[in-house]
Amino acid sequence: MSTTEIDRQWTTRLRRRVAGKLPPEKLLPDTQPTYVASWIYVFGVTTMAALGVVIVSGCLLALRGPQWWHTSSVGHFVNSLHLWSVEIFFFAMVIHLWGKYFMAAWRGGRALTWMTGVFTFLVSIATAFTGYVSQSNFDSQWISTQAKDGINSTGAGAFWNVLNTGQMLMWHIVLLPLAAVVLTVFHVLLVRIKGVVPPFEKDGAEVAQ
Amino acid sequence: MRSKAFRPDVDAPEWKGGYSPYDIIKEGIIAVVVVSILTVLLAIAFGSPDDPSITVKAWSTNDPMDFAATALSELNNTSGTAQYGAPYNKASTGQQLGPLTLAKWVGARIPINTVNDFVINPLKSLPGQPALSSDLSQWSSASTSTRANWVNNYTHAANKMKIVSGQLVVNTTSAGPVPLMMSDLLQMARTGALDQALVTQNGFYTTDYTLPLLFLADGTYMANLAQKQHLTGDQWGMMNETGNYPGQAWLWLYTFWYQVSPMNSSGNGDILVWGIMMVLSAGLLLMPFIPGLRSIPRKTRVYRLIWREHYRDVE
Repeated sequence: MSTTEIDRQWTTRLRRRVAGKLPPEKLLPDTQPTYVASWIYVFGVTTMAALGVVIVSGCLLALRGPQWWHTSSVGHFVNSLHLWSVEIFFFAMVIHLWGKYFMAAWRGGRALTWMTGVFTFLVSIATAFTGYVSQSNFDSQWISTQAKDGINSTGAGAFWNVLNTGQMLMWHIVLLPLAAVVLTVFHVLLVRIKGVVPPFEKDGAEVAQ
Repeated sequence: MRSKAFRPDVDAPEWKGGYSPYDIIKEGIIAVVVVSILTVLLAIAFGSPDDPSITVKAWSTNDPMDFAATALSELNNTSGTAQYGAPYNKASTGQQLGPLTLAKWVGARIPINTVNDFVINPLKSLPGQPALSSDLSQWSSASTSTRANWVNNYTHAANKMKIVSGQLVVNTTSAGPVPLMMSDLLQMARTGALDQALVTQNGFYTTDYTLPLLFLADGTYMANLAQKQHLTGDQWGMMNETGNYPGQAWLWLYTFWYQVSPMNSSGNGDILVWGIMMVLSAGLLLMPFIPGLRSIPRKTRVYRLIWREHYRDVE
């Protein structure tokens, strides 16, 4: 096999492209710019850590099925872990979002990083909502019967029926978490590729193209 | 090499300053440990709410008049579900966003006939009831106009509906089989058989609670319980949950729009709120490309607080 032939392989081209965009020192950096020195930066990694705890506690809840936590004190405690990790996740995520907004973190070719972050936030809201309507208690009865009017008014209720507990549970434990995790990984990779946005400098400077 | 004017809200100069040590793995592990400990502490301290679900059995036992009135509204097609429109039926246009009738365009893809689904079919599932079977046969063989007359006559007489010794009593002699059907439906509900009948209409295995939830929502029993738990729309209920728990606090803006006019009184309130939230969400998503909005961070100078050490060093 010739070198040219190897160079043309999809695998070779993909590996070189990935290695060029995201070399090891960018993927796992051991230094960072000195301006990254504020407590606001903590909330990005806190959001990811909370997402991890949300997933682990959710997997523990899944072990014994959706009714387990109603009848077991251990199950109820695991449900409490799931609830509070979700609250921490959103708390950290919202502060991270506002912090990035006031940094105008989309600057310097980082618009896609911003957009994947916002989209992850919106998907996370849908994920949490499907959890609330899947609880199989009074909360889920009330929330689902109220929420149906909003969803139905858009026409989406014909396909995404919030009163269908099985459908909501499947979205909650499979489809939406998968989307949230994929988006989060993509978002973090973009952060690693582009780096953390630098501070505002003086207006009107020139940039080389 | 060509150059163009620096756009401060779009461009960022390449960093040519210093770098400091950064252990990303250590940072991540510390974050997981801290969040895990915090989660456990919060779970131990506050737990989580789990108010049991309500049943049609409990509803019909605790508030039989509300149950009977709701069942009648399903039979005479005046209930919320019967008049809903898409996706359940074609009884109304549904909510509109200006000229856009989105739900109607999609159609009644979850068809619900309140007469059959909430009254007739559950009654048919009751075994060993000769009188009821006879009345159901009479109902099935009657013409549409005859059924309507029976239901109208029963509805007029139902103004003086009462419960006597656990039995539903409506004094009328011109309502055909309807009085027995309604009385038997109440009895069926009080035994818990109606709960089961509503979820098993499509077979043995089911996870679809559309019918019982709609039936419960058509009455006032569940809404009264929700009112006591500060869960109704005018109580910012969409972001609350039972007990004193934070609930879906991130829905505060969505819930806010339901508190202000015209969304708090319009029959199109839901689609108006969804329209607003879709526009706002699109604005947040596309913020990097919206002149004016993307300048707010630079002009408010909050970034001076975030990067205060950097600016102290360079100025």
